[in-house]
Amino acid sequence: MLTNPLTKNVTDQNVAADLGRYLENGGYRGWRKAHTMAPDKIIEQVKDGGLRGRGGAGFNTGLKWSFVPRGEGSPEQKFIVCNADEMEPGTFKDRLLMERDPHLLLEGMAIAAYAIGASIGYIFIRGEYHLAAERLENAIAEAREQGFLGSNIFDSKFSLEIFVHRSAGNYICGEETALLNALEGRRAIPRAKPPFPQVSGLWGKPTVVNNVETFCNIPHLIELGVDWYRGLGRGEDAGSKVFGVSGKVNNPGTWELPMGTPIREIIEKHAGGMQDGLELRGFLPGGGSTDFLGPEHLDLPMDYDVIGKAGSRMGTGTIIVLDNQTCPVGLVLNLSQFFARESCGWCTPCRDGLPWVVKILQRIEDGEGLPEDLDLLREQCQRIGPGKTFCALAPGAAEPLQSALKLFEQDFIDHIENHCCPYE
Amino acid sequence: MSSLLEPELIEVMEHSNRDSDKFSGPLTAEEKEEIDREASHYENKSSVGLEALRIVQKHRRWISDDTIQAISNYLDIPVAELESVATYFQLIFRQPVGKEVIYLCKSASCWVMGCDRLQKHITETLAIEPGQTSADGIFTLLETPCLGDCDKAPVLMLGEEMHRNLDESAIDDLIDKKKKYHADKSPD
Repeated sequence: MLTNPLTKNVTDQNVAADLGRYLENGGYRGWRKAHTMAPDKIIEQVKDGGLRGRGGAGFNTGLKWSFVPRGEGSPEQKFIVCNADEMEPGTFKDRLLMERDPHLLLEGMAIAAYAIGASIGYIFIRGEYHLAAERLENAIAEAREQGFLGSNIFDSKFSLEIFVHRSAGNYICGEETALLNALEGRRAIPRAKPPFPQVSGLWGKPTVVNNVETFCNIPHLIELGVDWYRGLGRGEDAGSKVFGVSGKVNNPGTWELPMGTPIREIIEKHAGGMQDGLELRGFLPGGGSTDFLGPEHLDLPMDYDVIGKAGSRMGTGTIIVLDNQTCPVGLVLNLSQFFARESCGWCTPCRDGLPWVVKILQRIEDGEGLPEDLDLLREQCQRIGPGKTFCALAPGAAEPLQSALKLFEQDFIDHIENHCCPYE
Repeated sequence: MSSLLEPELIEVMEHSNRDSDKFSGPLTAEEKEEIDREASHYENKSSVGLEALRIVQKHRRWISDDTIQAISNYLDIPVAELESVATYFQLIFRQPVGKEVIYLCKSASCWVMGCDRLQKHITETLAIEPGQTSADGIFTLLETPCLGDCDKAPVLMLGEEMHRNLDESAIDDLIDKKKKYHADKSPD
């Protein structure tokens, strides 16, 4: 039974699986099958499969697709868009998927496009991913030549063109409505929702935006079916996932593992545990905009709702490990500097609140913090939290901060009382 | 990313850029061809503004006022609109940069693995802070969001090339190699 559908074509060599190798390994079978199915059936299968968005939000993918208006009276032009703007601190999974197996992404996008009735797809890729963009463009050319993309695919009426759009920086482009503005050639500022992109997205037309890894799940989910897909998961959630670990562990890297794999197994078995002489203080389970968890959470399975109940988010599933010789205040300062710099400046709590947070954290780290600064930081977490801002960027920034204030409170106090960073 | 370029240096670099026609003036046939190819992917030309800026910058290294005007004329996008896009995106440079742009990853994983130490080393070696260009005009140092290579931290991107698992001596080798390359090359 296939257990690694996302990375079965990934080898030790840093080369992309070309179309020949992709086909030998069963490539485009999902697309061939999907093409004989009614679009509604595909959406139903993706929904029943329980695939949840791998970009971080974890929304049911089939459900997302089902909001696209179909049938008579719906707009003729629809779009499928791939969010390849991987810029979440500590996240390095989409780069791998695009560089090593670009056809898997194209096949997933083709099936999605057919399901929602889109004839044009864009891969919105961050400007720094030169190699991935090049390999995707080559793969698109190969797929067009062999008739998997282009006009009248499989001698039918269905046509699909996929284009690579190279962006030019800015984390906020990963927010799907900001991404759409950028794709239209505007400043990447998030849009008000509703209307949601599925109804009014790119140039006002129905649009589905999914993450790279989400699309990569589609081909095998269609080919091998719901039961196989659900069976991949070890816990509540279905499918497999590319998990990763970075920080001071012995063997940092990425591994495709079942959803629901315990965190301890990922960090200790796959990442080889902490480097000699170091202990694990805490970790961010899914990138820079998730809450810190502590050693007491190591036995939790990586499932969306389990991590949610523990007070964090699974996010991108790429774990950043904090060791006992690295300053937690410094790490939160670094994260806050990132979010402050990446704010688009549209709404006040984010534009002004984040630099204020940075200023407070900087003075604490420099040994010039005041006893009342901790309350001030807690207050800021409320002011930039969910519901107070236009999009999720500032609430995302609040997550590592609010959890660090709880988990590492004594470190903050030591900085303030001793007027220095104890880790230096 | 704010620029800390000295006004005198900007003047020198703008002057040297003006000397060579390729940094300014109307779009070349090659640039137009590349922009047209991208524009064919969209319903209308106004969507291709950012990609046009990126394409032209690839040839001219940075986007001058003249260049913005040239793109505006070609795509029929108002200058103000193009400018709003050009100043928004981090990888579009509205000021001169060196021949080699160092994008040092400053995100969480690289921070844990010691990117601050590397930045200090680059700053001492080249006498530039982030946002500045070295006196010989070769290197510009920029801080960048996560480069997505976190298992090989600390990392940086030099031009379009990733460099991973870095330490001070790897940085020295990189800088020496680039210095030598530009010393051997005929001046441009």
